Order: sequence, then structure tokens, then C-alpha cells
Amino acid sequence: MYVAVKGGARAIANAHAWLDEARRGDRDVPELGTDQIREQLSLAVDRVMAEGSLYDPELAALALKQARGDTIEAVFLIRAFRTTLPRFGGSLPVATADMQIKRRISATYKDAPGGQVLGPTFDYTHRLLDFGLAEGRDVPPAPMAETGLESAPHILSHLGGEGLMQAEPDGAGAVPDLTRDPLEFPAERALRLQALARGDEGFLLSLAYSTQRGYGRNHAFVGELRIGAVRVSAHLPELGFDIEFAEIVLTECESVNQFQGSKTAPAQFTRGYGLVFGQSERKAISMALVDRALRAQELGEDMSGAPAQDAEFVLSHCDNIQSSGFLEHIKLPHYVDFQAELELVRKLRRAAGADALPEAAE
Amino acid sequence: MTEYNFAYLDEATKRMIRRALLKAVAIPGYQVPFSSREMPMPYGWGTGGVQVTAACLVPEDSLKVIDQGADDTTNAVSIRSFFEKVAGVATTESTADASVIQTRHRIPEAPLVAGQILVFQVPIPEPLRFLEPRETETRTMHALEDYGLMQVRLYEDIARHGEIARAYAYPVKVEGRYVMDPSPIPKFDNPKLNMSPALQLFGAGRECRIYALPPFTRVESLDFEDYPFTPSKAAGHDCAICGAQDSYLDEVITDDSGGRMFVCSDTDYCATRAAQMEANA
Amino acid sequence: MTPLLQVEGLSKRYGAHIGCADVDFTLWPGEVMGIVGESGSGKSTLLNCLAGHLAPDTGRVILDTRAHGPRDTLTMSEPERRWLARTDWAFVHQNPRDGLRMGVSAGGNVGERLMAVGARHYGDIRAQAADWLTRVEIDTARMDDRPSTFSGGMQQRVQIARNLVTGPRLVFMDEPTGGLDVSVQARLLDLLRGLVRRLGLSVVIVTHDLSVVRLLADRLMVMKDGHVVEEGLTDQVLDDPQHGYTQLLVSSVLHV
Repeated sequence: MYVAVKGGARAIANAHAWLDEARRGDRDVPELGTDQIREQLSLAVDRVMAEGSLYDPELAALALKQARGDTIEAVFLIRAFRTTLPRFGGSLPVATADMQIKRRISATYKDAPGGQVLGPTFDYTHRLLDFGLAEGRDVPPAPMAETGLESAPHILSHLGGEGLMQAEPDGAGAVPDLTRDPLEFPAERALRLQALARGDEGFLLSLAYSTQRGYGRNHAFVGELRIGAVRVSAHLPELGFDIEFAEIVLTECESVNQFQGSKTAPAQFTRGYGLVFGQSERKAISMALVDRALRAQELGEDMSGAPAQDAEFVLSHCDNIQSSGFLEHIKLPHYVDFQAELELVRKLRRAAGADALPEAAE
Repeated sequence: MTEYNFAYLDEATKRMIRRALLKAVAIPGYQVPFSSREMPMPYGWGTGGVQVTAACLVPEDSLKVIDQGADDTTNAVSIRSFFEKVAGVATTESTADASVIQTRHRIPEAPLVAGQILVFQVPIPEPLRFLEPRETETRTMHALEDYGLMQVRLYEDIARHGEIARAYAYPVKVEGRYVMDPSPIPKFDNPKLNMSPALQLFGAGRECRIYALPPFTRVESLDFEDYPFTPSKAAGHDCAICGAQDSYLDEVITDDSGGRMFVCSDTDYCATRAAQMEANA
Repeated sequence: MTPLLQVEGLSKRYGAHIGCADVDFTLWPGEVMGIVGESGSGKSTLLNCLAGHLAPDTGRVILDTRAHGPRDTLTMSEPERRWLARTDWAFVHQNPRDGLRMGVSAGGNVGERLMAVGARHYGDIRAQAADWLTRVEIDTARMDDRPSTFSGGMQQRVQIARNLVTGPRLVFMDEPTGGLDVSVQARLLDLLRGLVRRLGLSVVIVTHDLSVVRLLADRLMVMKDGHVVEEGLTDQVLDDPQHGYTQLLVSSVLHV
């Protein structure tokens, strides 16, 4: 008698054992340490922290190792860990104006207080494979500046003084949190920004690019892009004062976009905003452009039906853990649904007289 | 046991889910938004059902997990072993012995009884989603009981195919009010939703929605007066293993020359019947 | 006799800009009211306020509803207004794409309103849809085709059938012949006139095309900059315009 496929439990155990072995690879090659990943693949670590929305380079490095370098799988591991962490409270807003700057550029001003700082960037490198790296060439220390950087207030604050830049309202109320509350529409900007900050870099990049190509076009300049460390502190009501508990690296982008003005408001510049854990300027710039595109309705701009202007579309699809999970679930058995479809198609074919046609196998 | 809380989720999260469940039970068929957590299995693989089960489980429970009606499919095995690990509850393959049953795509053949909880995994909770992609609009349609469009879809099926060409996830109306997606169960199972003595809970993790059918809720499959709903399954076959004529059957391809057989999709139902036949023989 | 629609002091502003201001009028059962003016005159704003698509700032729109008699539609709840939109009201859009479901067959488009008010007998729904498609001169052999395969004039006729199938008391029309070729316009106008006369429809029709109102409307309101500048019987207004702006409108038509 035929026996339906059994032994799911054993199959799973064997598959996992094989996965372990495949992860290790050739045992003649030394095993990779998480410290090596953290130090030498730091931008991958940053991306896992950003999309996993947990700032912990050690854990992100471990997740990358466990995921065999698959970024989305690593993000998933971090998310699943993060969800079990107890929440003690929220931090105070970080002061990005006081950032210890590693990199800071503006496309709108040649110079500004604090200056332009290129920092450790791929920009202006020629993308030629460095075969020396494969051979483990020496990396001499980079030259150091003689003095520290002067203070660098946000470049767009210089526009605000003239009223040329639309002021952002102070977020007085509680900040929405889509990890604690279900996403509901219409979503206010703070919630949209949270979703974008966790969103998939590739998805945001494509959307931002689509706005540049005319799908919800709103010409953007990078007003300022800055990368560096900021201090994180929290107010403890029990103690009655603020304590500083961490220092994290952030990438922040403010885009400058023209606003034509309306019957009630004169022309002005407006801002798109991007803020991402770690060093991730592609993501930060993309986020700023998409944030600005999503403001089209609030600013009374033409809603051209472009995907990047559609908050429901963007927010419902930007999370790569949601999208990859649902995409891959179609690997799961669907025998029952397929059986039902099979019966239906047979029945419809019978009704249409397809029975008269010869069937090959019978 | 492990360093995780009983049934994985922390107590505050379980309370949040239970509040959503209570609201769902109070408004049968209404989709209650809940703050779905990230779970250690992927979205689309039962995270909604797992969270609902986690919020319902008590240490005395006996848990059954099925996928496609079977206890031994890989995802059912995976979810069952998850709860064995993080909740330490007893598990069973017997429908009659289970106090909580988590399912994907089927309702067990054996009638459920009062006191049992059936937890459905739901991929797309919104029955109107493929007619209207916008959440803001579909919620309004539910609020205003604006279901003409749903009926239009069924009308279109009949106009084109001569019948309602919907084999699974067949929409239902709950207590004459909310149109509900019963999850992708075959329409053969739809009548079991109606007036069930068990509590039926539906969890959609990625979409952050919970809905429910309290015991003895009226559940009608949408249709037309002159094209009434008919549950259907593979016609003209009995189960090749237990001979059942009343169960939903999977078609199994047995060789490469077109040979097939039909067997119960509900493995427990089939095994129980086969054992009885052997005892009687 | 109770007026079908009584509009009092209706105003809608967009910031500093006036959409429409202080509009009063009464529509009697079986009457066709034309609203004419150039684009930007406020006629579409007025129509959308009347039909519940826009919320006016002030005013009352009292409809003699089938179920509950005279009611102010502006103070109704959204569910009540949506119900009206499926029963007592109809709205014919200029662009049939705005008023039809392009992915649903012509028969389904006409049947939707019936199903939205509870019809559940497929055979009956189909028979009524076929009847209405015939009345708007669509071959019933095409009732299972999607409107996207129809010409613009056919689409507009399907839209009209879809609107009239539930026997609305009041039909709003926004430039119903606007996007069509002249020859197609003439045929549609002819059809509309036949339906209006035969069914005794009450209609508020907005257009910039005076030949449309001359053919269809009993009475006329002329709008300019959000205000009604002249009102009267259609022939009277068109043949003997009193306001300078109306004179300009009429003469520009004559000179076309």
C-alpha cells in the first residue's frame, strides 16, 4: 500500500545538520571569528543593525556568520531576538547636531561652518579590484588631522533663518512605534520614517531612483549628509535626571526639495529626512527622497499615482522580513488548495466539453 | 525548558493578544488590528497562528498542529516542536484529545466539541483585498457593509464559467454582518465553520490582524439564490487507505504513467478509521 | 408638491479662493436643471457638494428621500450618504473610467448597484442588466465583455445604465458628453433626452456646452466666479440673456 510522505521531523533534523556543515565550509580554511566580521565587514554589520533595528555590532556579526552572509536572513535573526527583549523605556531624541563627525558633505553649499569632510568613503575611488588585498597587503594608518573638528551645526539650519526652509514641528506627543502597535493608515510622518528606517535598502533605493526618473518627481539636492557618533541618553523619572548610556554611529541625510508654494503658502524649500544606524549613506539618501515623496499629499502636490507617493504601497511593502517571509511561504505545502483547484479546473473543462479531447497519458 | 517565557512570548505581549482576541470574539468576523511581534519563524509561515496559540496555551493544554490536514508535514512538525520546546505542553495527533489545534488550510474531519480551540493560520485576512488593494478603503467598506463588489466578483465567475470558480478561501458572511476570509481552507470545509461548538480563532501575523468565530456562530458562504454554494471535493473516489467517503481527499501520483490514488488529507482521521477497521476485522 | 431637492446658502471655499458661494435653488420632481459656466466658474464644485463628494463650508442640501422624506444630506452620517448613493442618487462622470469598473464585465457593472442593495438572484440580476443595456443600445451579446474593449460612447452608455438600474430619484451628470466626438455626442444626447423624458428623471447636469442644456434642461443656472449670475427657464435664458456674462456665453456659442 502507498504510504504518504512521512518523517518530517527526521528530515528537518538532517537538513539542519547539513546546513551547519555547509556554513562551516572547508575545514582546512580557518573559521571566521565574529570579531573579524565586525571589524572587516562593518558595512554589512551596519546594514543588519539598521534593518534589524537593533544596535549591537556583536550580535549583528554573529547573525551574519550564522546566516552564511545572507543579509536578510541575518536581519531576521536579529529581529526575532529583538522581539524578546524587555523594553525599559524610550531614549531622549539624539542630538545629531552635536555628532562627532566622521564624514559630512553638502551638495548645496561649497563651504559652511564645520567644513566638508569626506571621511572613509568609496566616492572617488576607482572601482578597480585591488589584488593586493587578496594577498593581504599592509594597510598603513591613514594620516590624522592636526586638530579636532570645529562644531558643525546642520547646514539647512542656515536656510531656516531666512524662512526659506520649511520648519519641522517639534514632535511633542508620544512617538508612534510600529513594533508595538499595528501599522494603520493614514500613517503620520513619524511612523512613516520609522518604517523607512527599518525598511529594505534595495527597495528604498529603487523607489528613490524612481522619483528621480519622474515617477513622483521632486528634484532633490543632498543638503547635508553626515556620519558619526552620537550619545544616547534617557530620562529616568525615578532619579529625576538624564543619564547617558550609549554611543552609536548614525548616518543622517537631509534633502532639500523645492516647493512651488500654494494659494496660502509662499514658495519655500522643504526637507526629506533619512536617519539610519551605522554607516549607510545609500540608504539614508534613499530614505530622504522617499520621505519627501510621501509628503506630496500633505504639501498639496500633484498625486501622480507614483508608487513612491503612496504611503500604503511603500509602508506595506518596505519590510524585507515581511516580504521575504511571505514570498518564501509559497514553498510550503499547498496540497489542499491545489487539490481544490485541480478539481475545479477539471470540472470547468468537463463543462466546456474538453473531455472529448484525447488525454495523452490515459 | 528554556530561558524563554512560557510559550515564548512575554506576558505583556500575551495580554495584548488576549485583549485583541476578546475584542474579536465580541465582534465575530471583524478584523481586529493587533501589534504582531516578530517571531522566530518567517512571516507567512504561521506567525499569526503561533502568536494566537501562544496567547491561548496554558500548561495543562494538549496541542495538535496540522498543515494540509496532516500532523507530519514539515511545517506542522516545526511548529509543534517549537511549542514543545518553549511551552513544554503535551502534544497529540488525535483531534479528540487536543484542547488547542493549530491548523493551516484545513478543518479536521472529526467534529470539534465545546471547549476546544481551533487556531487558523491566515496569510491574507482581508476578503476584499484582491478587489480593492487599499486598506483604508476596505476598512471603510466593512464599516459601511458595502459588499456589492464582493458579490460582483461572484457574478463575474458565473457569467464566465457558469459557476462560482472559487475552490478555497471561499468568502463567508458572519452572523449576517461581516464578510470574512476563512483562510485558505478548501470550500469543502466551509460548512464546518457554521455553528461549531468550538472556539475558532484566526491569526494573521504579517498583516497584524486577529479575528474570531465564537462557538455557535452563524457562518454562511456567499452565493446566489439560484446558484447556491456547494462544498466540493474529488468526486467519485473513496480514501484508498481507510475507505472514507465523507472526507477531503488528497490526490497522490503513484507512478509516471498517470497512476493516481486518493487518500484522506486528515491523517488522524484516516489512521483512526484504519485502526478501527483492523480491530473489527 | 414637495421639492425633490432644496439647496440653501451653499458655499465652499478653498483657502482664499471661492469655490462656490451662496447658492440657493429648488429642483422639482421630473425637472432637469442645467448648470453652465466656463471652467473654474464653480459649477463642478457645486455639483460635487450636492452629490456628497465634497463637504461644503456652509449651507443645506435637503433631499426628499424615498425612505425618510426630506433630509439634509450634509448632516447625514457617511453610511447613510453611501446608501443614498446606491439608491436615491446617481452620478454620471465625464470620464466613464471614473464611473465604471474597467475590470468587470458590462453586465457586472450594471448589476453591481442591484447587488449593493441586496439583490441575490443571479438570473434576475442578469435579466435586469440585460434590459438596461438594451435600453442604452448596447447589444446584449457584449454584456460579458469588459468596458475596456468598448468605444468611449459605449462606455458612457454603460455608465448611464449602471446609474439608472436602481431607479434613482435624482441623477447628477458632470459633462456627460464631454470627452466624446461630435457625432457620438449627438447620439448620446439623443439617448439621454429619450431616457429623461420617458422615465421622468430629475437631473442636475453640469456642462460648458450650451447645446447640451438647450436639448435637455428645463431650467438653467449660469455661474461665474463661484456665484450664480442668472437663473431661469432654459429658452428664456438662452434667447434673452439678461446678465452681461450670459450674453457673452451665448454669443460665443452662436459664433462657433
